[in-house]
Amino acid sequence: MSTLVLLLATGLGLGALYFLVASGLSLIYGLMGVLNFAHGAFLTAGAYGAWWAAENLPGAGDDGFGFVVAATFGVAVGAVFGAVVELVLIRPLYRRHIEQVLVTVGLSLAAVALAQGIFGADPRPFPRPGWTSGTVSLLGASVPTDRFLLMAAAVVVLLALLALLRFTRVGLVIRAGVENRSMVEALGIDVRRTFTLVFALGGAAAALAGVLGSVYLGSVTPGQGTSLLIFAFIVVVIGGLGSITGSAIAAVVVGVTQQLANYYAASGVGDFSVVLLLALVLLTRPQGLSGRPA
Amino acid sequence: MTSPARVPLLRLEDVHVHLGRSHVLQGVTFEVAAGGVTALLGRNGVGKTTTVKAVLGLVPRVGTIELEGRDIARLGTPAVVRLGVGYVPEDREVFSTLTVEENLRLAEQPGGTAAYDRVHELFPELKTRRRQRAGTLSGGQQQMVAIARVLLGENRVLLVDEPTKGLAPKLVTEVAELLERVAETTTVLLVEQNLAVVRRLARDVVVLDAGAVVHTGPADDLLSDPDSAKRLLGVASRRSA
Amino acid sequence: MRAPERVAGVLPWVGRLAPVAVLVVLLVLPYVQLDVSWVLPDRVNGPGSMQLLALCLVFGGIALSYDVLFGRTGLLSFGHALFVAAGSYGTALGLARLDLSLWLAVLLTLAAGVVLPLVVGAVALRVSGIAFAMVTLAFAQAASILVLRNPGGLTGGEEGLPLLRDAVPDLLTGVVNAPYRYWLALAYLVGCWAVVVWLGRSRAGHAWAAIRENPERVAVLGISTYRAKLLAVVVGCFLGTLGGIAHLLVVGGASPSITSAEFTLTLLVMVVLGGAGSRWGAVLGGVLYTYLDNRLLELASSEGVQSLPAVLRVPASEPLFVLGSLFVLVVFFAPGGLAGVVHGRARSPRSLARRRKRAA
Repeated sequence: MSTLVLLLATGLGLGALYFLVASGLSLIYGLMGVLNFAHGAFLTAGAYGAWWAAENLPGAGDDGFGFVVAATFGVAVGAVFGAVVELVLIRPLYRRHIEQVLVTVGLSLAAVALAQGIFGADPRPFPRPGWTSGTVSLLGASVPTDRFLLMAAAVVVLLALLALLRFTRVGLVIRAGVENRSMVEALGIDVRRTFTLVFALGGAAAALAGVLGSVYLGSVTPGQGTSLLIFAFIVVVIGGLGSITGSAIAAVVVGVTQQLANYYAASGVGDFSVVLLLALVLLTRPQGLSGRPA
Repeated sequence: MTSPARVPLLRLEDVHVHLGRSHVLQGVTFEVAAGGVTALLGRNGVGKTTTVKAVLGLVPRVGTIELEGRDIARLGTPAVVRLGVGYVPEDREVFSTLTVEENLRLAEQPGGTAAYDRVHELFPELKTRRRQRAGTLSGGQQQMVAIARVLLGENRVLLVDEPTKGLAPKLVTEVAELLERVAETTTVLLVEQNLAVVRRLARDVVVLDAGAVVHTGPADDLLSDPDSAKRLLGVASRRSA
Repeated sequence: MRAPERVAGVLPWVGRLAPVAVLVVLLVLPYVQLDVSWVLPDRVNGPGSMQLLALCLVFGGIALSYDVLFGRTGLLSFGHALFVAAGSYGTALGLARLDLSLWLAVLLTLAAGVVLPLVVGAVALRVSGIAFAMVTLAFAQAASILVLRNPGGLTGGEEGLPLLRDAVPDLLTGVVNAPYRYWLALAYLVGCWAVVVWLGRSRAGHAWAAIRENPERVAVLGISTYRAKLLAVVVGCFLGTLGGIAHLLVVGGASPSITSAEFTLTLLVMVVLGGAGSRWGAVLGGVLYTYLDNRLLELASSEGVQSLPAVLRVPASEPLFVLGSLFVLVVFFAPGGLAGVVHGRARSPRSLARRRKRAA
């Protein structure tokens, strides 16, 4: 029983991580039709940004408040990076979807290489406040607190995004644009400015995933963005492109399935079964869990 | 015919549109005078909808398109719409995941006051159904939303594409009455296959065939001549509605 | 506009003779003693250069095989690594774990190289566009995970699986025999080229071009898009598997890096750099990318680069940064790749077709 609790907590924690990355991806694809391969770069930028801040910024460090400062800096780096990428690389290629995807591919390769060049390929220890290294007793199991940090962050981001979509005009434009972009333009709204915002939001969420993921792993490496990105893509597709709630549900399903299968079957089967799940969903319901038929 | 001193509200000259390999519009030229309804007629597939989309910039076009003398042929869709061109598309295209209220809110123009009073007066049902998801509305109700959207702001011309398509006869009459009231204050370019509606609403007609204009003139002249009507439109023009 | 008449008159002859001339040059390279030490690691027919050139040719062929899917038929696959790895690991496993002879291992692997794309294609082609890309990604990821987990110690995990030397003819092993591996690679590339030329002229090839431009119209005309697409998948992936075998023989081992999604992405980069949809463009893209990837690393450790200020030195020391940035620039200013630039258009045939389609 306690193993199960631990597995579920870890699964939910991982799911939280996937959701943070997938949420931005889902909005970007749903609204703009861009398959953003550079999302992993936002993640890496956030992680290294926070790491750098903890080492170099006054007031930042690995204790409680200092960590928050460092993490905020990392998230800000991600947001700015996202916005800049959209303005400089994506917007000039408006409506040329294939070229937009290709540009993000090139950027992803270049960004990871640059991170490797600047920070080195070896894992760097990541600042983590003391309380994240402890455990909490839950139903007889000792669950590491960092899982709860991940879950809490994901829930906050989920609620914030849903609120944005529901209650703000920008959110209205995004929801309508995901359904029918040209009609939004035919109402006189220039969606392109919304694009930059969506990229910035996606960058911020991915950066947060990078920071928290590095806390979870204990260190930061240049390549961790890419490996997380593949699972994030799977979550986005299973959940339905353009749907935040879909991504949230899919993230939980993927994270928990992965953990359970890895433990109860064999190591590696979990990852395998996630991939199988993707193929299954695509073949039976290509629009994903909550997407609309194309 | 417009008097030379007055600038037409909308003017197209030698407009060409290529879609894929087809040369859909082959030099469309006509004018829409301010006030009242101008009907854009023609058989299926001659390019009526494409003409409307060309004005809005929803398809790539070349040629001259002027709104009250101002060149809009090179503007993107949002810019054209913000100049006061309202669009009621064929198939309505309301946002099905948004509520009626949200659909209308989206259509609010920045900087102006939205004419909700007018909209609620014309469409009382939209007020009672305002929290209903637009995807669950009937075809007729969706058409109301689509028309209400363009009445919130102050549009100089409305491009309305087959608003009665697929509607029951009673609703067709309702929509026609609605458009009649709207046309009292706003110029309308109406694409329509239902000649009874055209007869009721239109002052002038522009007839397209194979991507070009083949006839322009007062509506009454065309519709009271069954032979020309048959030749140009491929349908018999019945006298009674 | 260039003088069309003069160019049109000369071009068909250039078009026909050029590949033959290039082939002749490539054939005799192992006899060339020239020392071009900063372009190539040593003399042209020295072991280092021959090895590098062999690798370039193998990737030229693999890029061409990917182009059959992406450039010619418009199928964006993120799973090509699966088939290349199947070739490499399949043969290596057959030799090392099943004690098969080389011919038998190759034959079995080639059979797999037909069956695997049939299965994957049958599943993936049920959807299109992004969903198709995701299904292919899923299959490739599954294989990548499988290889890395090293079930039963079969695949060697992260360290890869070395080629069993005893099973391979002596002619292909050893540093001194690099020219023979070079000729093997050349044979592979020529084989791919021949298949692509032949199929390009066939009815299937025309169907592929039509599908790439306008799938809806093709379906309306009654040509079965499913069968044509499946054929493209099988042909392209089979050639990729063959490339995996060639890669194994040239490099001397199967490595998990060729199972990764990043590997497929680099294939995409190669094809776009060279010019998607163009035969020699794809090959040139593969050759150039492999060459640059190798030489940039050498360049990075050279004195010239090491003495640069850190701002320039750090990016320049990472080949993938240079290549990734170059790729971004190419997509922006020359999306038709090298082939597009040479043909005097900034747009590739794919992108031209796509623009017309989007306007619809």
